[in-house]
Amino acid sequence: MQNNKRVLKGTHFEMGNWACTEGAIAAGCNFAAGYPITPASEVANRLADRLPQVGGTFLQTEDEISAICSAIGASWAGCKAMTVTSGPGISLMQENIGFGVSTETPLVIVDVQRFGPSTGVPSVGLAGDIVQVARGSHGDYQIIALCPESPQEMFDLTIRAFNLAETYRVPVFLMADGFIGHMREQIVIPEADQIEIKQRKIAEPAESVLDRQDFLDVNVAPMPVFGRGLKAHVTSSCHDEHGMRNLSDPAVMHRYAIRPIEKICTHRDDIIQVQADCADAQIALVTYGTVSRSARAAARLARKEGLKIGTLRLLTCWPFPDKEIRQVAEQVDDMLVLENNMGQLYPYIKAEAAHACHVSFLGPQTLGQIHDPEFIFSHIKELIA
Amino acid sequence: MSQTDLTIAGVGGQGSILAGVILGSAAVTYDDKYATQTQAYSSELRGGFAATWVIISDEPIEFPRVTHPDVLVAQAQDSINRFGEMLKPGGILICDSDMVQEVPQTIERQFRVAATSIARNRLQAPVTANMVMLGALCNVTQVVSRTALEKAIAKAVPKGKEQINLEAFNLGFEQVKNM
Amino acid sequence: MSTSTHPLKKYTRSHIMRTTTCPGCGIGTVSQAILRAIDELELDMDDFVFVSGIGCSAWIPSPFYNADTLHTTHGRPIAYATGVKLGLPDKHVMVVSGDGDLTAIGGNHLIHAARRNIDLTVVLVNNGIYAMTGGQTAPTTPRGLTTITSPHGTLEHTFDISPMIAAAGASFVARWTTYHPRQMTRSIKKGIQKKGFALIEAVSQCPVQYGRASNLGDAVSMLTYFKDNSVRISKTQKMDAAELQSKIVVGEFVDTEKAELTTELAQVKNKLRASP
Repeated sequence: MQNNKRVLKGTHFEMGNWACTEGAIAAGCNFAAGYPITPASEVANRLADRLPQVGGTFLQTEDEISAICSAIGASWAGCKAMTVTSGPGISLMQENIGFGVSTETPLVIVDVQRFGPSTGVPSVGLAGDIVQVARGSHGDYQIIALCPESPQEMFDLTIRAFNLAETYRVPVFLMADGFIGHMREQIVIPEADQIEIKQRKIAEPAESVLDRQDFLDVNVAPMPVFGRGLKAHVTSSCHDEHGMRNLSDPAVMHRYAIRPIEKICTHRDDIIQVQADCADAQIALVTYGTVSRSARAAARLARKEGLKIGTLRLLTCWPFPDKEIRQVAEQVDDMLVLENNMGQLYPYIKAEAAHACHVSFLGPQTLGQIHDPEFIFSHIKELIA
Repeated sequence: MSQTDLTIAGVGGQGSILAGVILGSAAVTYDDKYATQTQAYSSELRGGFAATWVIISDEPIEFPRVTHPDVLVAQAQDSINRFGEMLKPGGILICDSDMVQEVPQTIERQFRVAATSIARNRLQAPVTANMVMLGALCNVTQVVSRTALEKAIAKAVPKGKEQINLEAFNLGFEQVKNM
Repeated sequence: MSTSTHPLKKYTRSHIMRTTTCPGCGIGTVSQAILRAIDELELDMDDFVFVSGIGCSAWIPSPFYNADTLHTTHGRPIAYATGVKLGLPDKHVMVVSGDGDLTAIGGNHLIHAARRNIDLTVVLVNNGIYAMTGGQTAPTTPRGLTTITSPHGTLEHTFDISPMIAAAGASFVARWTTYHPRQMTRSIKKGIQKKGFALIEAVSQCPVQYGRASNLGDAVSMLTYFKDNSVRISKTQKMDAAELQSKIVVGEFVDTEKAELTTELAQVKNKLRASP
């Protein structure tokens, strides 16, 4: 249906993938590239329809490699750009995700995760890519990844992903999964003027790139966007603050590698969001994404029986909320980590919490089916006994 | 907290999933309730299994997966074979009697609606059998109001097909009353 | 002592004082052909975005050209350039890269960009070998040639790039060697002006790697080889396959007008904007 509005104000009953698309468009996305893949296709399908209606461009590429490359290219051309895929597509994109990190490119990558490994089960959601989005490209780097638990958050956090990408000049992941991607629920879209939108800072013209800092500023260098006569030099090879390649100076190599990491770490308090409901709790259920809903339902069951169960939900899984996890660990006796996988974030959580409390892991009763609250509750009872 | 968990199942092409989407949409959009709707289907687009799970509640829904539904709407024998056992004790089964031969004795509250023959013979539109089932579901469970469902149907079906789908819905609704 | 400045120096970054190319390399010739084409068309470097991949020839625009330059991962410059062009449809977007980059690891992007007929100008420098990594066999290496990864001779057949890209749907395709710098300049000018996908295949000498592997020797003897073995496309009709076997067919393979992607996209958007 034809609709030239960027913001579809109102209450909707639609899929998470629909909400993600509308979040992107509300955030000002004007370029998207993608390759068909279950369970992410609905996002690309709708972007193909909606983007041209609001003056944007959608490109169906020959593969996921081309999708991420063209999205990065479009971002350098000044677009708010995104790509959307699932685990196999992320695997293909990894080298160029590193390019986006290294060239400090604002970009949103939506990952509607599915059951792996390999071709696995396309239609079944699983949090299978949590580590690969942070560690899958070669070399040391830091990434931002957000974990929605509902279609509403696929709208809200897609907007936040664009805002963080623009603010910090970084690729940002939205870690959805096939379950909420395909789940319909109420999505409330506010008025356009109620939605906060961030824009990247753009570099000023200079005699030469040597007179300008285009890269490697922990407080985010203005971006020398193409097409404005800024004569930007952009390479993912080791470069200095001006973007000029330098493969011989160890001090430059050091800065090239660590400054983009420091950029994210310096601003971690602004980036990281968690929801802690742990006052008086003996056991904290630590979750992210869809499983968070199971955890809250289980905590409610347990509290009905007088058990002191709290929840800690990581809305941001990268950069890793180490401080927030430590704080809760120091309040509770036990941390039970619930993930819809074999424990991808568990070692990271354990490393932060084990000094202060007992930490254990519980996968779902059947992998791919998010935890049944009763299943969690019976495990809690065992833990207490 | 009032919450109803439903499963609507059939074979691909019968419109079970659309019925679930309309149900959830009616609850959220016109009855000011909360709802979630999920689905599963086999890879073949026609003839394989298809099922949708809908939760309707007066409060925000925490756990969105239906494990033991209060209501099972079965549009095919396969649906009962797959999902019959999961029905909560005392749960309601509404089945299309044209498509279902055997129903487990253990299910006490059963409503049999000849949805396919009503849709075919009275409306010459067998594809509206899902709306007949939705009408029956509405009357039996009152989980969503009749007016909300009518509005949601009119919005969801293809333009020009509103009237025939609403007729199918009303026939299903009345069918239960006359039981 | 009087000093003179190269007439094309104004197009390069003033602080870059030396190139990375080996003595006798053909890349300087190709780079001059590109800058001469821009100069003769009286275009500004700010009208361009240059995108390159990995390999010796990817260094032609980056870091030397004083323009927006994007130096990408191996094989992907056309994919990056596609995004740049869709974001900046009014700019000239030029890809400069090698045969390994654009036809081996990046081959799929090349044929799909040609199929889309997106308005890019691709200067593909074909030296018939992987030069930067030490002389490995490439999809363009002649069958039988011994390289460090084909020590018993290259067993595989060779890509004939220009006809392949013509078949994939490009609006403009030309091939010249570094023995033909003026013709190459003319074709690059046409490629820049063409609204559509344009490929200029620049067959170039690599005396250090290819010259050694083939025993063709130094730059002068390789250029002599190009001179003696190039055949104009117009003359090939009268030649049989055996005669053409070791020849380099040069000239313009395609020069046509057809629907171009960014133009079509703009029309779709305008139509949608106009409708209620």
